[in-house]
Amino acid sequence: MTADLALIWPELILTIGGLITLMLGTFLGDRQVGIYQLSSLLTLAAAAAAVVALFGIDTTVFSGTLSVDSFGGFAKLLIYAASFVCIIIAPRFFTGGMRAEYPTLILFAALGMGIMASSRDLMTLYVGLELNSLAAYVLASFMRTDERSTEAGLKYFVLGALASGMLLYGISLLYGFTGTTDFTGIAATLGGELNIGLIFGIVFVLAGLGFKISAVPFHMWTPDVYEGAPTPVTTFFATAPKVAAMALMTRVVIDAMGPAIGAWQQIVIFLSLASIILGAVGAIGQKNIKRLLAYSSINNVGFMLIGLAAGTQQGVEGVLTYLLVYVVTTLGAFLVVLQLRDADGNQIESIPALAGLSQRRPGLAAAMAVFMFSLAGIPPLFGFWPKYLVFEAAVDANLVPLAVAGIVASVIGAFYYIAIIKMMYFDDKSDTEIPASGGVIVEDAVITASALWLSVIGYLFIPVLAVVSASAAAVLF
Amino acid sequence: MIQYIAFWLFASMVIASATMVILARNPVHSVMWLILAFFNAAGLMLLAGAEFIAMLLVIVYVGAVAVLFLFVVMMLNIDFAELRAGFVRYLPLGALVAIILAVELIVAGAAWSAGKVDLAARAAPAVTDRSNIQQIGELLYTRYIFLFEAAGIVLLVAMIGAIVLTHRQRGGVRTQNISLQNQRRPQDATRLVDPGVGQGMEL
Repeated sequence: MTADLALIWPELILTIGGLITLMLGTFLGDRQVGIYQLSSLLTLAAAAAAVVALFGIDTTVFSGTLSVDSFGGFAKLLIYAASFVCIIIAPRFFTGGMRAEYPTLILFAALGMGIMASSRDLMTLYVGLELNSLAAYVLASFMRTDERSTEAGLKYFVLGALASGMLLYGISLLYGFTGTTDFTGIAATLGGELNIGLIFGIVFVLAGLGFKISAVPFHMWTPDVYEGAPTPVTTFFATAPKVAAMALMTRVVIDAMGPAIGAWQQIVIFLSLASIILGAVGAIGQKNIKRLLAYSSINNVGFMLIGLAAGTQQGVEGVLTYLLVYVVTTLGAFLVVLQLRDADGNQIESIPALAGLSQRRPGLAAAMAVFMFSLAGIPPLFGFWPKYLVFEAAVDANLVPLAVAGIVASVIGAFYYIAIIKMMYFDDKSDTEIPASGGVIVEDAVITASALWLSVIGYLFIPVLAVVSASAAAVLF
Repeated sequence: MIQYIAFWLFASMVIASATMVILARNPVHSVMWLILAFFNAAGLMLLAGAEFIAMLLVIVYVGAVAVLFLFVVMMLNIDFAELRAGFVRYLPLGALVAIILAVELIVAGAAWSAGKVDLAARAAPAVTDRSNIQQIGELLYTRYIFLFEAAGIVLLVAMIGAIVLTHRQRGGVRTQNISLQNQRRPQDATRLVDPGVGQGMEL
């Protein structure tokens, strides 16, 4: 037991750091933004360092309830990095209203997501998921005097509770029919004959997880919540929890349901196709940039699920690479949205206001163009690479129709991404003035770095990425 | 034999009262049916040999629901005069529920002392030489210690969340300053005066 503690340093650091941040906020007051922000950032950096130090270990701790392996490590690094950026961008957004609870809740959410990504037991899965979700509900309605924010929080909470209920029902069925909550034990039972109870369990668990990754038909909450939540929180929702839920789903279907591939593969294929198509079609005609990015995230989740549907190590490698590129692109896109403020300093979220942005803020428009092209998967940009990987995995797993459907839908999706670029570069200036206010240097640096990485430099990282994602994916097989 | 009678009794009552929870028009009645459903679920747990969970259901859920009931009453602005007016009319129904509960308690006791239902198709082996509480305790603090601690963090997050969403600083509130109170000496606060007869007091 004591030896196990040495293997969960990331979780311990996050817990202690979260408590310290909470105490700093309580005793120093909410005005000392610098201090508690620094403590939360240091906590995340230390936790990430601990993950790196533990990289390569493949074992389970606490009687097999939690795993310590490079798959979880990969996901955790992504989660911590995304949380890090979301804490950096917050103080400028919450002018005068940033409270110490924001970084604290992000830290605890990151802890929950880390637990999700490394769960090896249905109960660990649920505890991690609830830890993340509870923090997320509160974060969504963090601006409690803002009507849209509270509405987003309430909607997220009600639908999230429903999804948790479905997930728990599935878990109880799986437990009832296999006699264990341990992934290995469940896989052993699923290797035998499947009865109706087990199939129902699989369906309900996947439905609950589908809600968390916002796959169609469990996506209804996504546009509303993304639109209503404060933009830094939306940035957080679109990145870190997606990684955690996707890693969790991968672990569940490969680790726990691996032998029953016939039962879950068709569900994943359906979720994937529905998400890709609805994500692409739903985004057309959106007038709010945050809603558009919500549909874009639904669309991208669909592409990730193509890799998962293959059910092979190659597919999982594709999913991991996709997650990395998706997180970088989405962070960049939301950071650009954060820079859009009118002369009075109010946030601009409407898409028509972007018209003619290239003349006012050429740098910002160029970065946005890179992110949009990358999300669309247009070849010279790095966003193309993970899409290629998941399609290749699907073709190798004899899922050619799925890959073809995915490619067709990505063309539909490209329409609205390119429509935004057209609006920024070729349309007349909108009436909304977007003054070239100097953003915070850190934010500009993050935007520049992610845009550069996505445009050319990313391709230099392919060999490294391939090795890392292969070693992470190999753990599950 | 009695276990099977008890099982059918509890199972059908759980379903019936759960249906009534969603069918009842009056939210207070819904809560009452919910309590009945919890009671019957506790009976089912007792039959399955999980007496600890059965007691938890009664203590935590029925206890917590009593609080919930209070909230419902406070928030929904129910006209109590109107409710009380139907007291005699609803008395037979209330008495029926009370009788059912009493009968069930007796049946549950008898069924429990007759041993638990033999679940042949059970995958997890049942341990018989130790009590429920002992078994749960042993698992909770050894095998599932990580989950137990993580659940504690979940509760902490829920608490922080409730405070974030509801707490606000109000202006003009006189709060107690304990150190100031302790620093205050008797001579600052009291004055000994010796008024002359018939002269009265000035303060």
